[in-house]
Amino acid sequence: MAAAAPGGASTSSRIYRGNVLRLIGPSWVIIGIFLLIPVILTVVYSFLTKEFRGGVQWTPTLAAYDQFFFDRGLFGDEPPRIEWTYLGIFWRSVWQAASATLLCLVIGFPTAWFIATRDPRQRATWLFMITIPYWVNLLIRTVSMKFLIRDEGPLNSLLMWTGITDAPLGLINTNFAVQLGLFYSYLPFMVLPIYAAVERYDFSLSEAAADLYSGMWTTLRLVILPTVRPGIIAGCILVFIPSLGAFLAPDLLGGAKTFMIGSLIEEQFKGAAGNWPFGSAVATILMTIIMAVLLVYARAQGKESK
Amino acid sequence: MADAGTAISIDRVVKRYGSFTALHGITLEVGADEFFTLLGPSGCGKTTLLRAIAGFDDVTEGEIRLYGQNIANLPPHKRPVNTVFQHYALFPHMTVTENIMFGALRLGWSRSDAEARAREVLSLVRLDSFADRKPGQLSGGQQQRVALARALAPRPKVLLLDEPLSALDLKLRQAVRAELKSLQRETGIAFVFVTHDQEEALTMSDRIAVMSAGRVQQVGTPREIYEAPTNRFVADFIGETNLIEVEVKRVSDGRAEVVLPGGHITQCAAASQSHAGTGHISLRPERLTLCPAEAGDLGARVESLIYLGTDIQVWARLPDNERLILRVQNAGSIALPAVGQEIGIKIEADAARLLVD
Repeated sequence: MAAAAPGGASTSSRIYRGNVLRLIGPSWVIIGIFLLIPVILTVVYSFLTKEFRGGVQWTPTLAAYDQFFFDRGLFGDEPPRIEWTYLGIFWRSVWQAASATLLCLVIGFPTAWFIATRDPRQRATWLFMITIPYWVNLLIRTVSMKFLIRDEGPLNSLLMWTGITDAPLGLINTNFAVQLGLFYSYLPFMVLPIYAAVERYDFSLSEAAADLYSGMWTTLRLVILPTVRPGIIAGCILVFIPSLGAFLAPDLLGGAKTFMIGSLIEEQFKGAAGNWPFGSAVATILMTIIMAVLLVYARAQGKESK
Repeated sequence: MADAGTAISIDRVVKRYGSFTALHGITLEVGADEFFTLLGPSGCGKTTLLRAIAGFDDVTEGEIRLYGQNIANLPPHKRPVNTVFQHYALFPHMTVTENIMFGALRLGWSRSDAEARAREVLSLVRLDSFADRKPGQLSGGQQQRVALARALAPRPKVLLLDEPLSALDLKLRQAVRAELKSLQRETGIAFVFVTHDQEEALTMSDRIAVMSAGRVQQVGTPREIYEAPTNRFVADFIGETNLIEVEVKRVSDGRAEVVLPGGHITQCAAASQSHAGTGHISLRPERLTLCPAEAGDLGARVESLIYLGTDIQVWARLPDNERLILRVQNAGSIALPAVGQEIGIKIEADAARLLVD
């Protein structure tokens, strides 16, 4: 009997393996074409020499990374000093993306909670309404936001007409305008994963907490938030990462002072001032940092669940 | 009766959801060291009543007093009662010990006191070696005991149990029954236990309130409930019984004279004073005996025999075509009637009981 069982298993697993190849083949092709090749191309380009008016020369060099991290003077002949310009842009991008993520969380969590606690038939309608703005192109939406919050726009007109303010708030071309734009762009990415987590939340846990002498806020802090944490973290990642690389919102809503990493990369691939290897290098650095953060997070999660 | 002997007194409690009335003026008292059971079919209002005591649902009218203090308007976290939930509702991100310490810590106990208490209740439910597990790593029976320990840890004045055994398999359920009962004696606090399982109610309770359609049908000891049901619902719901339509001739001093189908006249206990015309008597299958036809109080024809191991069930038809079930102990030497045979049925003394319809 012991001999027969492995034989039977291997036969079936051989058939199974053949099927698996056929089944996962298409996903390999998709991952290869749309994920691996572009990423490899980006990394490779970052080590090549720049061609004027875009494009690259196939001569390997570290010039792009050198330009990012070191300042060698106008003619490149001075002793290298740390280049703060790009690191500053990086830092500002992280800060902007983090603020937008926080804004999404503060608005998105109650929204997701509200939807998930509705009657099941109503939930679909609310979710549908959350996604309606996403039928419109991101560019158009961002421009609409610009129109909405500019000094002569409806928001300021309304505020002044009702007498709440005397003068326009001057929202446009500020960090806040960019955060608002990012918030508007990525809110559903926060709402949907939190919604999924809250929908699975067992509300008898809240009753148990109340039964065990917890008020509303204690229950939120000690029971609800830890239980739906995976949804919150997924939402934060989904908002933070695209926000970090965004260029439409900073371009259209922010001024020169709100230049972000996404715009820096975009600029390198656009027009005559372009520098493909430098743009690729910035993208690679950005990607590396994000991967490192996610890896650290995954490790921490793995340890905790053990 | 608002003395120290009464833990919970429920006074004319009404609960309405819109036009639906879930509780129609419930009045009950639970003694300070009683194992009290709310028993009834689903939708009878037993869980609604328990949730009203815990504070998860407010009541529309009436008072709920805990040792004399009206708690009907307090939020659940201000009521010194704890609940064992049907599906346990253990906090999945906390260890067993953290779960158990939760209530005590919210009450402002010191960490060391709460930890000491957690160890104490963990040994009470015999889970000492599972202190650092997460609920997800425990079996259903273990989770159930953690839920019990968690609810007992903050020393509640009353423990509420919402069908805590319903998620366990049969063997485990029977073992836990005995444990629960002894735990109640050890802790010396009142347990209010909700169940739809009459066997659970009969084996564990000091007293049972049988509920149906938002009303208390009868309150009494398991024995009273089983042997002296007051109305048709209780007689039918608790255990097996035969409800036989009879003609009532006279009722006085708790006794009645009734005419059985077939014309035989018999005396029996009556649950109500006012009866006239037709009524129903309850006959427990185990209190009926077989005898030769013509010699019995009732005559019937055997329809089928069902072998149950310790007993044999005899299904018979009365002349008016009503079904009657008897249980005959499988003593080995008994002579069983054949299917189709006419038999006589003798009603044991005091076995029949005239019910309120």
